[in-house]
Amino acid sequence: MTGKHEIIREKQTAAKRINRRSERALAIVTWTAAIVTITVLGYIIFFIFIKGVPYIKPSLFSFAYNSDNVSLFPALVSTVMMTALSLAIAVPLGVLSAIYLTEYAKRGNRAVALVRMTMETLAGIPSIVYGLFGMLFFVTFLGWGFSVLAGTFTLSIMILPLIMRSSEEAIKAVPDAYREGSFGLGAGILRTVFRIVLPSAVPGILAGVILAVGRIVGETAALIYTSGTVAQIPENVYESARTLSVHMYALSSEGLHIGEGYATAVVLLLVVILINAGSAWIAKRVGTNVGRNA
Amino acid sequence: MRGVLRDKIMKAVFFLAALSSILAVALICYFLLANGLPAIGEIGPSGFLLGTEWSPSDTPPSFGILPMILGSLYVTAGAIVIGVPIGILSAVFLARVCPKKLYKVVKPAVDLLAGIPSVVYGFFGMAAIVPFAGNSMLSACILLGIMILPTIVGIAESAVRAVPENYYEGALALGAGHYRSVFRVLLPAAKSGVLAAVVLGIGRAIGETMAVIMVAGNQARIPVSLFKGVRTLTANIVIEMGYSTGLHRDALIATGVVLLVFILIINLSFAALRGKSL
Repeated sequence: MTGKHEIIREKQTAAKRINRRSERALAIVTWTAAIVTITVLGYIIFFIFIKGVPYIKPSLFSFAYNSDNVSLFPALVSTVMMTALSLAIAVPLGVLSAIYLTEYAKRGNRAVALVRMTMETLAGIPSIVYGLFGMLFFVTFLGWGFSVLAGTFTLSIMILPLIMRSSEEAIKAVPDAYREGSFGLGAGILRTVFRIVLPSAVPGILAGVILAVGRIVGETAALIYTSGTVAQIPENVYESARTLSVHMYALSSEGLHIGEGYATAVVLLLVVILINAGSAWIAKRVGTNVGRNA
Repeated sequence: MRGVLRDKIMKAVFFLAALSSILAVALICYFLLANGLPAIGEIGPSGFLLGTEWSPSDTPPSFGILPMILGSLYVTAGAIVIGVPIGILSAVFLARVCPKKLYKVVKPAVDLLAGIPSVVYGFFGMAAIVPFAGNSMLSACILLGIMILPTIVGIAESAVRAVPENYYEGALALGAGHYRSVFRVLLPAAKSGVLAAVVLGIGRAIGETMAVIMVAGNQARIPVSLFKGVRTLTANIVIEMGYSTGLHRDALIATGVVLLVFILIINLSFAALRGKSL
């Protein structure tokens, strides 16, 4: 009898040992992967800074670009300009359509299903395809030429799904009690939407806008053949201009000012870090808002 | 009465805005197809898709994009091999292993990785990967593998988080350890979500342009080895569009059409997978 017990006990301890061993192996694998991910990010930031910071000097921010100062200032101005214009087009369009999807459309509406499907399609289209389309439609067909205008419109189509989706989710998250209260006080649907629903949804919409800014700032492929690559501050929207990302690509393909390219990368990285911090801050506020509502 | 009219007008405005995405997709498809399809017709569908030689400046020119199709597929496959295991493991880490304090550091870091522009990745690749791996398929694979990490981590993490807690508790009750429960029970239960993450990663990799151009070497020939240069569909468009005319230009737009078809297939499978997981 004791023999049998011993065998069972032995088997149990063996099983435990195997269990413990596989636990440890899985733990090591998981932690390693996470460490690799973090290290890679750290390495990228470290490398860009090491390569770029020595080239950051005042002349890099001269008002006009020439091949001596390789100024990134005009590109910075163009980036801000194109970001603002693209948002001016895409945000109203995206928010209005989100209002239709959430407040007006009936469930199972065919048009709504189609809007959702096309929105997802737009979200997946690579930027170079947007660039091709912008070149064919805005630059050639509408005859705008390589211009800020063509680049702006291309970018607005690109960020439209982002704005639409985040606005839709933000509006959906507004509790129905708000709407009912507003209707109960005698407000119509329009007043309810603009006075009650939209103000409560602003942080969520803003989070989408910030994401969109990030995409615009980082965009290159969609702009090379729509807004072109002129390195000066554009005087009006019919002139060509390059954003910071395009500026970097141009520097790398010319191959003469790689150092200044890395300096531009540092500036771009700082912008992205700022954008991420902003969106994290808003996400936090949205989180507390939701908590308060519940 | 005026109020009713105003409501109706505004409803129409909202509706028209909602149609903008449909209009955009229709315009994109129309303009790409109208400019690309005639070129495919002229070159011949099999000559275009299966032709192994791309030399637009020869007389007569040849427009075969098979090298670029293979280039895109190989580079994407390489990125998946590198990015998917690390991505899924990191997602598991974030969802079930990471201590709370560490999460506050790691999660923003992954988000930052997602926000870095592709040109910046390209510059990083030129300085940190190319010196070791050369302007080659390998460099492109490594760089793309890094670039698709945040996409995969983000979606896979929420998929693992979406698995009901009692799956995990059940596994623990049966005597499995923490990691075993996570890997043998939670991860399989999140399978379709994780697969959706991989599919989206594929979409990102195949559509990526600037970073690839800066490290891949871009030779338009059938890819032969990991250590030789390779040109993707996206690179083909950006590199030659600037100086192309006539049939050459239309062939590049047709390259965009092929890319768009790839992406549409990937999007459809992503939608199908996500539909299953939620």
